[in-house]
Amino acid sequence: MNERFYKALYRIRRVEEEIAAVYPTDKIKSPVHLSIGQEAVSVGVCEALGPDDVVAGTYRSHALYLAKGGNLKRMIAELYGKVTGCAKGKGGSMHLIDTAAGVMGTSAVVGTTIPNAVGYAYAMKLQRKQTLVVSFFGDGAVDEGVFHESMNFAALKALPIIFICENNSYAIHTHQSRRQKLSNICAKANVFGIPTEQIRDNDVFRIHERVSAAVKKLHAGESGPFFFECLTYRLKEHVGPNEDFHLGYRTREEAEPWIKNDPLVKLVAQLEPRRRIEIEAEVDTEIKDAFKFAESSSFPEADELFTDVYDCRA
Amino acid sequence: MERILSYVDAIREATHQEMDRDPSVLVFGLDVDDPKVIQGTTRGLLEKFGPERVFGTPLSEDAMTGVAIGLALAGLRPIHVHIRMDFLMLAMNQLVNIAAKSRYMYGGQVQVPIVVRSMIGKSWGQGAQHSQGLYSFFMHVPGLKVVAPTTPYDAKGCLIQAIRDNDPVIYVEHRILHFQKGPVPETLYTAPLGKARITAQGSDVTLVGISHMQLECLRAQRYLEAIGIQAEVIDPIWLQPLDIETIAESARKTGRLCVVDNGWITCGAGAEIVAAVLERVQDTHAIQVRRLGFAPVTCPPTPTLEDLYYPNGRTIASVVRKLVSGAKDEWLPDERADLCEIEFKGPF
Repeated sequence: MNERFYKALYRIRRVEEEIAAVYPTDKIKSPVHLSIGQEAVSVGVCEALGPDDVVAGTYRSHALYLAKGGNLKRMIAELYGKVTGCAKGKGGSMHLIDTAAGVMGTSAVVGTTIPNAVGYAYAMKLQRKQTLVVSFFGDGAVDEGVFHESMNFAALKALPIIFICENNSYAIHTHQSRRQKLSNICAKANVFGIPTEQIRDNDVFRIHERVSAAVKKLHAGESGPFFFECLTYRLKEHVGPNEDFHLGYRTREEAEPWIKNDPLVKLVAQLEPRRRIEIEAEVDTEIKDAFKFAESSSFPEADELFTDVYDCRA
Repeated sequence: MERILSYVDAIREATHQEMDRDPSVLVFGLDVDDPKVIQGTTRGLLEKFGPERVFGTPLSEDAMTGVAIGLALAGLRPIHVHIRMDFLMLAMNQLVNIAAKSRYMYGGQVQVPIVVRSMIGKSWGQGAQHSQGLYSFFMHVPGLKVVAPTTPYDAKGCLIQAIRDNDPVIYVEHRILHFQKGPVPETLYTAPLGKARITAQGSDVTLVGISHMQLECLRAQRYLEAIGIQAEVIDPIWLQPLDIETIAESARKTGRLCVVDNGWITCGAGAEIVAAVLERVQDTHAIQVRRLGFAPVTCPPTPTLEDLYYPNGRTIASVVRKLVSGAKDEWLPDERADLCEIEFKGPF
């Protein structure tokens, strides 16, 4: 398990670092909201899911996409705007999708995929399928009305869905305390009759263990939904490849405990050094290949502009 | 013998037959399962198909539209019902940012086959927020389809087409049209996507009437006929995709085009139709155009002001007479009792 989790965390971290490194060349034709610092939530949750389970996410979903098994080559190609991208270059970093892997889409408008995930869960329940749905969103989405409407309906219909609030404290540059009088996000879901749990330490194993327990209950036929608030921290700027402590809305001191507590670094100590080197080499090669794939792929032809607006078979 | 149904029963029958045919179809929205069953359009569905496929919702238009999209992403075909079109303003984010865009921004990997039924109110003091015809908002956005059937026949055919369509369809019903009766076959049939219908033949002017204004245009056609003006009346039925060629062909013939919208004129469906026709015909034909629609104010509930707010058969005839004859004098036909209960006769 250590090796598996390390590989997943390391892979996401390295992909994001490589994106940040390439970004100044302007080869990436998409605004990027990097997941560095928040990888543990996606990995901890997605490692608890089956391949048929479905996730929906936000514009900051590189980690979610990769943790759920989304195709890396097609993700990087999407960022490059290439026709081999997961959305043929028509989605970009904020609209990653890989239906085969159960990544049902990510959206740039805060909170919008929450009800989509709820609807998907309703469909699973109606069709008596075993598939679970996991909806990822940030603390900013809790400000939105649709969050509360969605919690209410999911609870009312006892749907097989797990809500994961990735609370990184900031909606762009505005702290939660300046947006919400009451900071207890779990209480806001609990009020709809949803069992909730806060996980404070960004610990990939704890997240995995607690979410696995909920997954097991749902698979055993218990009623959903379940709600987890996972405290985490974004180490890069809201959008782009750099740090942003100079902006003054947060301090480096605030970030220090999260850096010290980096789940990736903590896991290093638990690995056999030789295995670690092997894992890293394997991942590095995969990433190198993915960027090569993106570089060498073609941009979409002009006729792609007009496809996929409507059903072309109609 | 021809079977006559009301618009309401045509919708109910289409829904019932499609739900029977296809287990992936479900219906929900505020009050779809209450005693009034959306003017009768959802009557009997709960009893037949059960509460999982037919259910009333919390008052959460935004989330429930998102739920409809999620159901569609999972392969189902939801019909989301809104008893007033005005309430769609609470659903705009999901309709414009997700439903319209998913197929494109996800590179064709997914589709969103939802039907959004919504009603436009009129009279009985419907007022500011129960009367708006806001379909032009949706015509503006690539990825959405918009249909506004006016006859019971088309109400059924268009709804079946919309349910089977793999794209999101905004299905617009006018409350007054609910009372229309007309021939409706019992069989399942679809109204062809993006196909208009010529509802009266004429040579002097082309009159395009949208939704309830189709009825008023047919009234105007009779008033004009009485003074020797032959109006060709067209029901576009589908607003997106729009059958511009049928309208342009008629305008080439008549040389005059008047579009009567069931909404405000500015940036409306009429503006789109007139501009699109002119772009097609201007190199070869010099046609005259007019747009009519709601007065550019908020809908007043009091009847004396409301009468002035809407175009009607007589005011349309008055404007069209000037357009055709060049007359400068004012003329308004006396109201004819025989046109009060005008209905579509078919056969279609």
